[in-house]
Amino acid sequence: MVKKPVEAPQADYAQRYGFRDAEKPLFRARLGLSSEVVEEISWLKGEPAWMRDLRLRALEVFRKKPMPTWGGDLSGINFDDIYYYVKPADHQVRNWDDVPQYIKRTFDRLGIPQAERQFLAGVGAQYDSEVVYHNLHEELVKQGVLFLDTDTALREHPELFQQYFGTVVPPADNKFSALNSAVWSGGSFIYVPEGVQVTVPLQAYFRINAEKLGQFERTLIIAEPGSYLHYVEGCTAPIYSADSLHAAVVEIIVKPGARVRYTTIQNWSTNVYNLVTKRAVAYQDSIMEWVDGNLGSKVNMKYPAVFLMEPGAHGEMLSVAFAGKGQHQDAGAKMVHAAPHTSSVVVSKSISKDGGRSSYRGLVKVYPGSVGAKASVRCDALVLDDESRSDTYPYMEVEEEQASVGHEATVSKIGSEQLFYLMSRGLSETEAATLIVSGFIEPIVKELPMEYAVELNRLIQLQMEGAVG
Amino acid sequence: MPQPLFVIEDLHVSVEGKEILKGVNLTVERGQLHALMGPNGSGKSTLAHTLMGNPHFQVTQGRVLLKGEDILSLPPDERARRGMFLAFQYPVEIPGVKVRHFLRMAVKASKGEEPSVTDFRRQLFEKMALLEMDRSFSERYVNEGFSGGEKKRNEILQLAMLQPEMAVLDEADSGLDIDALRAVANGINKLAGPQMGMLLITHYQRILNYVEPHFVHVLFDGRIVRSGGMELAQELEAKGYDWIAGEAAV
Repeated sequence: MVKKPVEAPQADYAQRYGFRDAEKPLFRARLGLSSEVVEEISWLKGEPAWMRDLRLRALEVFRKKPMPTWGGDLSGINFDDIYYYVKPADHQVRNWDDVPQYIKRTFDRLGIPQAERQFLAGVGAQYDSEVVYHNLHEELVKQGVLFLDTDTALREHPELFQQYFGTVVPPADNKFSALNSAVWSGGSFIYVPEGVQVTVPLQAYFRINAEKLGQFERTLIIAEPGSYLHYVEGCTAPIYSADSLHAAVVEIIVKPGARVRYTTIQNWSTNVYNLVTKRAVAYQDSIMEWVDGNLGSKVNMKYPAVFLMEPGAHGEMLSVAFAGKGQHQDAGAKMVHAAPHTSSVVVSKSISKDGGRSSYRGLVKVYPGSVGAKASVRCDALVLDDESRSDTYPYMEVEEEQASVGHEATVSKIGSEQLFYLMSRGLSETEAATLIVSGFIEPIVKELPMEYAVELNRLIQLQMEGAVG
Repeated sequence: MPQPLFVIEDLHVSVEGKEILKGVNLTVERGQLHALMGPNGSGKSTLAHTLMGNPHFQVTQGRVLLKGEDILSLPPDERARRGMFLAFQYPVEIPGVKVRHFLRMAVKASKGEEPSVTDFRRQLFEKMALLEMDRSFSERYVNEGFSGGEKKRNEILQLAMLQPEMAVLDEADSGLDIDALRAVANGINKLAGPQMGMLLITHYQRILNYVEPHFVHVLFDGRIVRSGGMELAQELEAKGYDWIAGEAAV
């Protein structure tokens, strides 16, 4: 069911994704990064001393760590030319009517309230660095579910933070997790109590809207034993001339018997460096699923991980990447088997077009003693022209003999016979190629909530028509 | 005199420099069903693909007129929109694309307007019933994992949904068991009408037990060497293609 009117895609793209509101932030930190900027962010947020100290320590780690030399080309990032904190509105609002007009216009164009009416339990929409709109279904509140922006959660539930924050992705994990830990702002915090099933997806919409603004949201999800939740984040960003940086950290704790699904569609404008650390720990008989769509950004480096810590834990990664002109999608997954009878499945689909480059980079690690562990990795690449490129880097570190690890990879082109067949039914060459591409990613798209599936197909269609780049 | 629906004039076609069709002439009027028979290698599939505009085949001479307009310079989608249709001998798989979604796009593309959801659904199920196809079929991915019979039925289903003016059916009967053959033939009979021209290409006389053509032609070595009525098909069945080969050699 598509409720959006069908328009000419080019016009549609400019209208819906390329627009940009004049900025009216209440506060903006100084350009560049320093311990003063970090302290100022912490002070403005009224944080406890331990968090401020954590930020400062993380800043030191960030300074010491070298830039990664693998993956995408990051030489275009100038850390001194980025605003690390922008606060667009001075207080949190739960009622849609209270959201400032200019922010509302942006969200209206993105169709958030509409989407909410359909199937959402709560919305935490991040506009610049602070969550300005929050709404949580009453029923969920009664069930004890917390769905807050991360700053509010830190103020209201410090005990949960001290217990879990930085335990899954420590600041020193990598250069960009260190950066995020130093300057993080916003993001989502979700806590689902034991046995509670959240049957509707919880979603947040992320959007960078300030030029040269780095967005460093921090998400922490705790699923108590036997609980279930599906979190959905979608990203769009206006197109800028200066390069932007997005370095988020997502930490998820999936306790015994719990199940968490985390769905992302990222469509950053093609000047954004998207460097995200996403990781989950999964305990006994739990299930962690990542569903990841990467369409936008200039360089995308993202390898969501599941650490399978106890017997019976299952990790899954379904991803699709589209690399168009000037884009490098370096994405993949990490599945770490640290207990017997753990299992993991990775399905990766990539499309490269107009000189775009997509790489699958993944790791399956099986520790000694993980008897009966099973892992399967499947990577399918579709390369649409001779200028485009696809690579696969499947790292396997299997240290247990009684484990089964499988890997399959295919690279294909759109066949001329396929095109002829579809064109003989009246489809234009572009329509035919688009249909073949949508079919190629269908196994991932069908896992998305309806609204997002429609959106993803729409975005792919725009990419295919060359409206982007 | 009214304009003929479809005319092939002195058609010469090469594949990778080798001439396959060496001057084919054929006229199909509305409401007519023509059967084109021929042994392997005679150029049957080359003709079918050329008529639909497969870029793999190079036309070196001749014209193909649909309602008086030469369509040879048009890409396949333009030909489809002008009323051409080809049922493929080997339909290709389109993984991940559901039959019903594909058909809806095809109907929209060839008719130029999006059918309403209810009309489309009603029509789809009606045509599927006609071809003795289960409704669940429309939820499957196009040709993926289809049996030979399912592929052929799916081609005829497309014919039924698109309602072209000139349909070329390339080996619609090959590889079918008797039930599937009857269903496909039944579908062809019901779809053939006073407005449509049909060219049924086949190796075997078998399908002609169920579908009665107005004209039968024999293609041999890139030329139509014989034309006649049903009696020609029966003669072929009795004597085999060697008979034609012997005659052609003379």
